[in-house]
Amino acid sequence: MGERTVIPFGPQHPVLPEPIHIDLVVEDEHVVEAIPSFGFIHRGLEKLVEKKDFHEFTYVAERVCGICSYIHGMGYCQAVETVMNIQIPPRAKWLRTFWCELSRAHSHLLWAGLLADAFGFENLFMQCWRIRETVLDVIEETTGGRVIFGSAKIGGVRRDVDNDTLKRCAVKIASAAAEFEELKKVFRDDYSVKQRLCGIGMLSRDDAWTLGAVGPTLRGSGVRTDTRLEGYAAYNELKIEPIVETACDSYARCMVRMHEVTQSFDLIQEIAARTPEGPVFEKPSGYPNGEYFARLEQPRGEVIYYVKGNGTKNLSRFRVRTPTFANIPPLLHMLQGCELADVGLIVLTIDPCISCAER
Amino acid sequence: MSFLKRSPWIVHYDGASCNGCDIEVLACLTPRYDVERFGVVNTGNPKHADILLITGYINEQSQPVVKAIYEQMPEPRVVVAVGICATSGGIFRECYNTKGGVDSTIPVDVYVPGCAARPESIIDGVVKAIAVLEEKHLAMKKARAAS
Repeated sequence: MGERTVIPFGPQHPVLPEPIHIDLVVEDEHVVEAIPSFGFIHRGLEKLVEKKDFHEFTYVAERVCGICSYIHGMGYCQAVETVMNIQIPPRAKWLRTFWCELSRAHSHLLWAGLLADAFGFENLFMQCWRIRETVLDVIEETTGGRVIFGSAKIGGVRRDVDNDTLKRCAVKIASAAAEFEELKKVFRDDYSVKQRLCGIGMLSRDDAWTLGAVGPTLRGSGVRTDTRLEGYAAYNELKIEPIVETACDSYARCMVRMHEVTQSFDLIQEIAARTPEGPVFEKPSGYPNGEYFARLEQPRGEVIYYVKGNGTKNLSRFRVRTPTFANIPPLLHMLQGCELADVGLIVLTIDPCISCAER
Repeated sequence: MSFLKRSPWIVHYDGASCNGCDIEVLACLTPRYDVERFGVVNTGNPKHADILLITGYINEQSQPVVKAIYEQMPEPRVVVAVGICATSGGIFRECYNTKGGVDSTIPVDVYVPGCAARPESIIDGVVKAIAVLEEKHLAMKKARAAS
């Protein structure tokens, strides 16, 4: 038994684009305990509802996080719409679903790149981000933004996308999907990738469930769950089968995300073909009065929005429970007993989005 | 002969941003934009860096970290504030936790606007930063010659 040493990890660390600090209590090369500390990017934006009116706040909600930005804005709109009893037009629902799936594809590709970078596979990192650029092109073509879309709006979507553009986008996505299949083979079969991922960061099914893991982290441990099954937006008309892996290690979580990218690409094709004609915006009248919890599936897992209105232009409370926050306790559990060299990798396998977690 | 015979190295830190600008900073390194072909390297070590890219505004918790990174960088050093939050606080300006833009904590040389700043403008900001770096180097040289 060696002596115990505390090694700080972060806040500025090459493997993380965002700051998080973890104190690693290390005995020899093994982590005994991981103690996190937060708040480096806490902005307190939930409190901004008292200063910005509820329409304007959509744009703040979108900036909870820059990676899954659209789903945040949309989740907020969905919650407010339910409080105000607004039925959004079907075309708006389908367009929202279209952008949701694009977000998921780009977020998972981004994550795959960062993971490859973390285990030193620079080439794979570059390839993942190259394919991601095609997805971003489609996003830019349909919304005007690359990472912040700004196209969610209470009552529908901010702009319509004509059917020709949707078809053109579907073709682009099909080419990206073909390239992605090549990439997926590397993640699935490559010897060095497997060496770094298999058996690392174990999280058993029971632990994942008790510690409250969400999203791919939970599905990688063999629990069949996906909030898209709730059927918000146009998901009730699409067939979603949650992707589940049972190996419970980093490799399983990686494969869940890989298959989800394929699933998203397929869904995008289907949405582009099936989006109905019609208006995209229903003008809301009045102010929200009441409260509601909206649940959506983000690339990182289930996200919950709580909205409480008091009949004025400012909401009285807004709250987000983000997937990264829910995945921190399982992460700390995974880190116990792991080797010091694997810490960066294991932190990445939950797909941490610190700005989501700290808001 | 210019001081920069070799290309600048960059260290990136997220002050308190929504992440949008951070992923655009990373996107600059990847095949579409690929600043590495000019030799710009994203290093994790502030002691190896010439240029500090900061995204997001500064809050109570991140202030000492930003200061520490800045102080560890060797002279001459240049700070680029990426995105509107880093410039002025942007959409989060009215939040209770803000201390303002990056210039509330350390001197900033180049401001890159945008929410999120596009990779093209970030690259442009870095190119401007190289010119500032050159100036700073000449000023240092003069000061040394005078003393």
